Amino acid sequence: MATVEKRHGWLWTWLDRRVGLAELEKLARKKEIPVHRHTVWYYLGGMTLFLFMIQVSTGILLLFYYRPSAEEAFESVQFLMAEVEFGWLIRSIHSWAANLMILMLFVHLFSVLLLKAYAPPREITWFSGMGLMGLAMGFGFTGYLLPWNELAYFATKVGTEITGAMPVIGGFLRRLLRGGDEVTGATLTRFYGIHVAVLPALTTGLLGLHLFLVQRHGMSVPPGVAGRGAPRRTMPFLPNFLLRDLVGWLSALAILAALAAYLPAELGRKADPFLPAPAGIKPEWYFMFMFQTLKYLPAYVLGVEGEIVGIVGFGVGGLFLALIPFLDRRTARGEASRLFTWIGVAIILYMVVLTYLGYTASATK
Amino acid sequence: MRLAGLGYALALLLTLASWPAEGASPPTDRCAACHLETGDERLAGPAREFAGDIHAAKGLGCIACHGGDARESGLEAMDPAKGYIGKPKRQQILQVCGRCHSDAQFMKRYNPSLRVDQVTEYASSVHGRRLKELGDSKVATCASCHPAHSIRPPSDPKSSVHPLRVADTCGRCHADAKYMAGYKIPTDQLQKYKSSVHSQAMTVKGDLSAPTCNDCHGNHGAVPPGISWVGNVCGQCHTVMAELFKKSVHAKVFVEMGNPGCATCHENHAIKPASDEMLGLGDKAVCAACHGADDKGGKAATEMRARIDALRTAHDKAQAILLKAEHSGMEVSQASFDLNAASGALVKARTAVHAFSVDAVAKEAEPGLAVSGKAFARGVRALEELAFRRKGLVVSVVIILALIVGLVLKIRQVDRRQEGRDG
Repeated sequence: MATVEKRHGWLWTWLDRRVGLAELEKLARKKEIPVHRHTVWYYLGGMTLFLFMIQVSTGILLLFYYRPSAEEAFESVQFLMAEVEFGWLIRSIHSWAANLMILMLFVHLFSVLLLKAYAPPREITWFSGMGLMGLAMGFGFTGYLLPWNELAYFATKVGTEITGAMPVIGGFLRRLLRGGDEVTGATLTRFYGIHVAVLPALTTGLLGLHLFLVQRHGMSVPPGVAGRGAPRRTMPFLPNFLLRDLVGWLSALAILAALAAYLPAELGRKADPFLPAPAGIKPEWYFMFMFQTLKYLPAYVLGVEGEIVGIVGFGVGGLFLALIPFLDRRTARGEASRLFTWIGVAIILYMVVLTYLGYTASATK
Repeated sequence: MRLAGLGYALALLLTLASWPAEGASPPTDRCAACHLETGDERLAGPAREFAGDIHAAKGLGCIACHGGDARESGLEAMDPAKGYIGKPKRQQILQVCGRCHSDAQFMKRYNPSLRVDQVTEYASSVHGRRLKELGDSKVATCASCHPAHSIRPPSDPKSSVHPLRVADTCGRCHADAKYMAGYKIPTDQLQKYKSSVHSQAMTVKGDLSAPTCNDCHGNHGAVPPGISWVGNVCGQCHTVMAELFKKSVHAKVFVEMGNPGCATCHENHAIKPASDEMLGLGDKAVCAACHGADDKGGKAATEMRARIDALRTAHDKAQAILLKAEHSGMEVSQASFDLNAASGALVKARTAVHAFSVDAVAKEAEPGLAVSGKAFARGVRALEELAFRRKGLVVSVVIILALIVGLVLKIRQVDRRQEGRDG
């Protein structure tokens, strides 16, 4: 005991006696990270988590000034940006970190998909990750409306309208999201509640499960690396991997600071439901591939409305992606699965091309 | 007695027969049926055009104006004994139209809001006076502007008296130098009007409330505005300017000099958009036509121009710096909103010029200068804040880089220790 106290200091010892720090240390030291040519992808989960923590902390700071009503929301954000010391920094970092977090989530998800890290026994880790992706997009959709500016208002109007096109439950879902038939102050209050209470609660639970499973199963070694039979190199998570994580996180922080200083979050004009929608209304970039697909669909496909076909198609596509651990039987048996690699590549290409077209093709096409 | 009663009853019957009845179907039946079959365009044309006429839409037929009996199919329909008058002569047209249009009780059945003083108004017009007093058969009568058989309400874009078409309708005679030769009045009004700010507002911006011929000259009572009351005409829309002008030194002097009020500086038909260059003693300044650098008026004009230029420059300077700050991502929307007060002050100062007094212009310009000054200061603060942010960023990045370097060194140390333990 005296040796441990000498190594960690009296505070550590004091806390250990009360909360069992030694057991936690043992757990952390037990974790080993495989070292191979794909190790770099292991950092993405941690990077996403770091950006999420930034979102939580800046979000809490924004709560001190934000007022969630149609009459005051825009003005409160305007005040925060113009008058509050470093208010601009907090909001800009919140806005940029949200975008970077979703980008990291996409890259993390597709690296897991291509490296077949969803193979048994990590199916539930995959499901929880897919759930977290859905929640992150929900955070983005609800948070976009909160400044109550013109672009956000009309993008939400279009977004909820698309939800309303869903078969059977569309009308109900649209009213549920809007808090009525139109996007009003009631929608803003509702989105605020979802953004700061419902989604964080769900995320906390799902993220806890995801991290627990990652800790329990350890890092997955890609089949291509595992199959070679070469002696496995590893590095301890604590401190070797964590120190490398910290380098990544600090780099992300520097990028966020530069983005906030040079491209601060815009506010635009206050939403006015009586004005016509401004030209070139676009959703956030991570919804763009879906938005653009709906634009390309004809009015009717085999007698069914094109928009409904598109929405059902995305639903089926999402379900397919979620169920991949069950569908990819070859990977489950430990065999090479080229088909699902190509499916993954096709999905990435489809999303990248449609997103690119969304920003470059004419608004009327 | 019995004979008198019979005559009275017959007269009443004839009156009723010739009076257009409300809701009666358009008599395209007999009149039009024959006229369309004649093959003579002179007779068939009007019958065809009448289908789109407001009178046909209201259920009135040929006999409402031409008299006669639409129930007859032959020449009996055009019996003068049945009130048939054929094509009304030019002098008759006013009477034919006025029979209904001057009867308030009758017109109420069709359009209660329609005026019934057109004939009276016409009598007061140059057209009406020349027709009555000189028997001038070339002057415009009802059908000159409202083409018989294809009359449409003024709100109909196809109507000859729709705001967008009034100028061309008047110009059909007034821009025809040959037709107007005997009247010794200019024929370039239409051309000048089309180059004016009023015509541009109407045709380019689509503002149908912008003035056209009838807004200044009247329509049925059309006359040229007299020199002393040009201001009243312009003042219908430009109220504040007209009020200021009326109280100004120029109001009396212009009348004495025979200058036509507003039109002295702004012209009448070719009214150009007002600009600051019109004020002062510069090349484009209208004041310079009468005033010189040494007289009191010239000095006042120069001073007023200087005040307005100062306000415009201050406003533009503040707007430019706020735009620069905004494009750099700074939040200056409140300051930009406040600067609207300076734009308002500039408009008011320009209006105050019509009082021709330096004090009146200064009174409006001073608050605008103060607002512009505050907005400019806010823009300067925003740019200073931007510079502070960028310096802050450099400091933060240096600290972060130092931490990263420290971490990399630590990683090397840890890795070496690890390799030592493994190997």
